Amino acid sequence: MAATIVEKIFSSRCGREVHAGEVVMAPLDGAMIHDITGPLAIRVFREMGGEEVFDPARVTMLFDHQIPADSIPAAENQADMREFAREQGILNYDIREGVCHQVMVEKGRVAPGEIVVGADSHTCMYGAVGAFATGIGSTDMGFALKFGALYFRVPESIHLEVHGAFSPRVGAKDLILEITGDIGADGATYQALEFSGESVHRLSMAERMTCCNMAIEMGGKTGIVPPDEVTWSYIKDRRGVSPFPLASDPGARYNEKRSYDVSQLAPKVAVPHNVDQVVDVGRVAGTPIDQVFIGSCTNGRYEDLALVAEVLGDRSFSDRVRVIIIPASRDEYLKSLRAGLIERFVTAGGLVEAPCCGPCMGGAFGLLAPGETSLSTSNRNFRGRQGSTEAEVYLCSPATAAASAIKGEITDPREV
Amino acid sequence: MRVWKFGDNVDTDAIIPGRFLIINDARELAQHAFQGTRDEFRTEVAPGDVIVAGRNFGCGSSREHAPLALSGAGVTVIVAASFARIFYRNAINLGILPMVCHDVGSIRDGEEVRIDLNKGVIETGGKTYTTEPVPPFLRAIFDAGGLVPYARALREVS
Repeated sequence: MAATIVEKIFSSRCGREVHAGEVVMAPLDGAMIHDITGPLAIRVFREMGGEEVFDPARVTMLFDHQIPADSIPAAENQADMREFAREQGILNYDIREGVCHQVMVEKGRVAPGEIVVGADSHTCMYGAVGAFATGIGSTDMGFALKFGALYFRVPESIHLEVHGAFSPRVGAKDLILEITGDIGADGATYQALEFSGESVHRLSMAERMTCCNMAIEMGGKTGIVPPDEVTWSYIKDRRGVSPFPLASDPGARYNEKRSYDVSQLAPKVAVPHNVDQVVDVGRVAGTPIDQVFIGSCTNGRYEDLALVAEVLGDRSFSDRVRVIIIPASRDEYLKSLRAGLIERFVTAGGLVEAPCCGPCMGGAFGLLAPGETSLSTSNRNFRGRQGSTEAEVYLCSPATAAASAIKGEITDPREV
Repeated sequence: MRVWKFGDNVDTDAIIPGRFLIINDARELAQHAFQGTRDEFRTEVAPGDVIVAGRNFGCGSSREHAPLALSGAGVTVIVAASFARIFYRNAINLGILPMVCHDVGSIRDGEEVRIDLNKGVIETGGKTYTTEPVPPFLRAIFDAGGLVPYARALREVS
């Protein structure tokens, strides 16, 4: 029977043919915990009678949400987790490497065809390398750490076919915002979003990560790009696995099929307070902004920062705006540093922070006061997401963020 | 049991804002539930109260602090037109029953409500509402008291 890539991954890992809708107990190839959801997961693991994690080599720990520890309770949580990592022999990147999802992918902690879970909703990003990856809660993670397996309902899929070439300063973030606006905040609940088409094959790994990252904003269980040459080349040095065929069959069943031609796509902005409230940038151009955040697992990679520098040129950021730039990982930071991007941003008046989630989690720093407006390359604009519940958050691409940071108001990046 | 009525797309940032995620204790988290978006909740909620919401309740972050905060406030049942996936699982795992009812529109905030968990029936204001059955596997986890007691009884999984 014709199967989607997600059904094939589950069938392969479960050792029998399974189909969408079935509840299965699937073995896990990897599990990730961070400083926010990890403490609860470890507590649950112990409450379940856990003594040793299922396989220390398959568990990854790191801290990225509140780092360096910004309060004594945060420090205590991190200290407890370090102790757990030592006791269990788990790889702990601690505060060194950056945002969990970026680190998981770039360190080769996930590979095509694997099933990986993370105690964070944006775990769906790892589908960019052709894995099935999904975010889970801490209790499920406690179970996963103990048993090395978890119950899943094999998801149905939505097929997204993308054609055409982006016009300058329009890119993957604009595409995924457009899709989110179309599908809606719950239109993909319990389903996988499968990206395909000639334009997807042309997307870099960074752009694929941006797309898969936001599957959860439609309620999706994962985003996934079937592996191609771009994937295998990216994975080769990181995991050393040889390419193998992994794609949906012709005739595989989808709940829905949508087609996008990106050649006419305009820069997109999600307006407060839901990610699916998406408009062309022109509709909100001129909106004054107090803060711009460029970073996060969605758009904090070297390619994103290079685009910001390209838009910026030798200009400065507006004095009216606080510009916070955070590379997604140490590797992306180093690449940006060596390319001269960091010096350019600091010269232009930007504040460059060490790799972490930054203002995106609304708890550590970069918080908004009542009445303030932020423009952000991250993934959520919920009320209160970046501080006060009386603040407003708009979401956009790195190019739009850069253009707006120069002007001090929301600006079409094609017009600067 | 009073109804706390909410609209569509209640996200987990609203249920428990990011700055409180350093807290791991349910009762302490409950003191900050809906802080900034519905401030009377944390002071007036009583054990046994029921949350009734529209579509996509619990969307966004996977933070289990959200259902944990509601559990700490004594909420054991949430009725919604639909739930976000991760929240739905987290709730069951913590022993909170998420009941899906497409017809929640006419249930009013502050109403008294009676719920029969076994029949999946809600009674309020002289009207009766039927909820969708919880899938048997998930119901077994809820009946065990959540995933921790359920898992304690498991030696291994296959």
